[in-house]
Amino acid sequence: MKKIFQITLFMFLAGASGCNDDKFLNTEPLSDLTTEEVFSSSPQVFSILANLYNRQPDFSSVKSWMSMADFSESFISDNGGDQVAVLRRNSWNYDAWNNWDYAYIRDINLFLERAESATVLSEADKKRFLAEARFLRANYYFELVKRMGGVPIITKALVYDNSGNTEALQFPRAKEHEVYDFVISEAEAIKNLLPTDANQKGRATKAAALAMEARAALYAASIAKYGSNTPLVNLPGGEVGIPATMASGYYTKALAAAKEIISGTAGAYALYNKKPNDLQDNFASIFYDKGNNPESIWIEDFQLKTVKVHGFSVSNQPRFGAEEEEGGRINPSLNLVQAFEKLDNTFAPIPVKDGSGNPIYYAKQADAFAGRDARLGGTVILPGTAFKLRPVDIWAGYQLPNGSILSGDDRGSQRPLPDGSTAQVVGFDGPIVGKEHTAQTGFYIRKYLDPAIGSGSRGTQSEIPFIRYRYAEVLLNAAEASFELGKTADAAEYMNRVRTRAGLIIPLTAGDITFDRIVHERRVELAFEGHLLYDMKRWRLAHQIWDGERLAESELLSNIGKANKKSTQPYSLLPYKIYNPGQPNHNQWIYKVALSNLVTGANRFRLGNYYSFINDDIRSRNPKIVRQPNQD
Amino acid sequence: MKNSLAYLVMAVMCAASFMSCKKDNYDPPQSLLTGRLLYKGEQVNVEYNQVPFQLFQFGFGKVGAISSTVDQDGRFSALLFDGNYKLTIPANQGPFLWKKAASGGQDSLSVTMNGNQDLDIEVMPYFMIRAAKFSAAANKVTGTFSIEKIIKDADAKNIERVNLYINKTEFVSTGDYNIASSQLTAEQVTDPAAVSMTVNVPAIAPTQDYVFARIGIKIAGVEDMIFSQVEKVRL
Repeated sequence: MKKIFQITLFMFLAGASGCNDDKFLNTEPLSDLTTEEVFSSSPQVFSILANLYNRQPDFSSVKSWMSMADFSESFISDNGGDQVAVLRRNSWNYDAWNNWDYAYIRDINLFLERAESATVLSEADKKRFLAEARFLRANYYFELVKRMGGVPIITKALVYDNSGNTEALQFPRAKEHEVYDFVISEAEAIKNLLPTDANQKGRATKAAALAMEARAALYAASIAKYGSNTPLVNLPGGEVGIPATMASGYYTKALAAAKEIISGTAGAYALYNKKPNDLQDNFASIFYDKGNNPESIWIEDFQLKTVKVHGFSVSNQPRFGAEEEEGGRINPSLNLVQAFEKLDNTFAPIPVKDGSGNPIYYAKQADAFAGRDARLGGTVILPGTAFKLRPVDIWAGYQLPNGSILSGDDRGSQRPLPDGSTAQVVGFDGPIVGKEHTAQTGFYIRKYLDPAIGSGSRGTQSEIPFIRYRYAEVLLNAAEASFELGKTADAAEYMNRVRTRAGLIIPLTAGDITFDRIVHERRVELAFEGHLLYDMKRWRLAHQIWDGERLAESELLSNIGKANKKSTQPYSLLPYKIYNPGQPNHNQWIYKVALSNLVTGANRFRLGNYYSFINDDIRSRNPKIVRQPNQD
Repeated sequence: MKNSLAYLVMAVMCAASFMSCKKDNYDPPQSLLTGRLLYKGEQVNVEYNQVPFQLFQFGFGKVGAISSTVDQDGRFSALLFDGNYKLTIPANQGPFLWKKAASGGQDSLSVTMNGNQDLDIEVMPYFMIRAAKFSAAANKVTGTFSIEKIIKDADAKNIERVNLYINKTEFVSTGDYNIASSQLTAEQVTDPAAVSMTVNVPAIAPTQDYVFARIGIKIAGVEDMIFSQVEKVRL
């Protein structure tokens, strides 16, 4: 018995002994790569860089149609709560558009440090990777400064020392102009480290860095110059607001950077002009032609049959004949449509009434929009035109001889006509008030719609890119900088290039270039591309054009082309068919200007909206962050 | 019998569980601070829900203001604990000048709460609307008034526009708080001593035979408008 106990104890003790082998205890994880492993081969480093590319934010993007749909440039054909709230809203919250992703900046900084110390990367790879990461960081700081003003500039990965005191990690906001200076100096530093290749669209190139620099310098210059319009939008520490004396220096830098692209030293970029016989289609093609498109400089790319596709065409395709039972979300407003000027370079509303107030009868629907800037048809699907070879069916109803309206409450409704026969009385694309997916303003968006078969089906979606920087904007940047520096002849020349492509072949002269012209040209060329809010902010026009007062029809139709023209509510232009058998105007078309009764709000941009709210949790973690002005 | 005793015990315990102790609660704030924004004894009417005021109480380790907004007729109120507070209006808010402290920041008023208190504050508005009269005829509301420029020194501002607002309820301001408005630009106000403007009354559902009207002045370079008193107008 005693023996058995001893043997058992002995065996138990023997089993309790362990081996002291490091290899056995320190097993390498099979599912994760260590930092050294990742930075040991070029494709792996590139995959991390791809992640950083993928996290670049855009103000508006094809990934989210809602991000394009605000500011009275369009009506939202959606009955969901959030979306309709946009039409009922009177002012934007102070935290609208804010952004503060320092985790992203930290990841870029870590990438820079690790790639720098990696030993196995080839020099060429390393140089390019580092320059690309710096480009992404600079572009993100640019995005931050547009939204928040001056922010802390962090260029290395911060490490917490576990001391319980986080003060070493707290940095105050830089001055607003210092952030712009950082973006500009980074662009200058990396432009020659990046490839000069106009066919490289998805990755950063020399032209992308220069385009970023030109836009950033232009923004800084206009904030310096036009900041005097809003003296209250200012902080004593310079976190918000740029001294007026810096304006001309920034305009000079913007012009120099833009000229470097225009001169061709950054690659063979040009205005897209592959379809000179159909300028509307030519303009629309800029956004979907992926084959050697000379216009796009830096894009967010997408590819079919991967996870990187987007449903912009699904959400916004014309509803009639759509590839899914949806579409038609963004309905451009009459405010935008009428801003496209006539071919003689003058502004006029869409003609709906003659001098004595009688309606104008059109034989064809599209005739009302004839003789205008080709960008109108390239940006907007107009009544009487087609998409994917299928005509859209946009008409609001019959107008009977006694002036009353006969219409229906569903797409393509049928009703008895006065002669007893039954016929369709409203278009399959609407407009029907409150019927989502129909063209409730009378228009659909065309920009970014993909004409490929299947683009409108949820299973396929679309691979057309979102263009972040394009050549036409560079020309407009050069035009604006030239104008502000007093070189109006140069400004006219740059602007005329963009306008000729749009069919406006009567050139503007140096004397024609005014601030109104600059503002107008950017609005129509760059509609729905995420520029409008930032442009109106930097020109300090936002509180004037979105002043919170309702927009009367007479105000809508006057002063078109003026920089500070009010645009607080999205108007509609509804086509009606005339029912008047035996008369010459039978089955002809008239148009009526209308404001949907769903639009109950009027946009008001408060002074506190110029720089977005910095959330309380950010400021309580870092007391050195000062508040934005005018947000009490 | 044994059963009913058990039920009795359970009932007593059940009732006991509804009792609570009072010690962890303290009384809600009970001192009411009320007041008005005045210019020489006359109420300064402002935009509804747009002019903020802030109260700070010191000594509790927390920073941050008790914020609220002034009513459209210039009244304000806050329910507070007894104690010492500072009251201020944040920078660049309100259609009036607020005194500056020597440091350049907004000056503040010391308020000692010990029971209810009524506190009127004198402010210096840029403009005042005087002798506003409203009348209705033929589905139109007409307002006549004069504009007095109060601040004439280096801080003086110009008029940007003048609006006549009408609403179904007695809340009359910009945004949601009007059913119709008409507007005069600064150039159209030729004689500030005698201004007249008219607004069409839209169809009101359900119908009512009255509207509320008031006039607002937007001052150039100042975000908040200054208003006349609200008046009920019979149509």
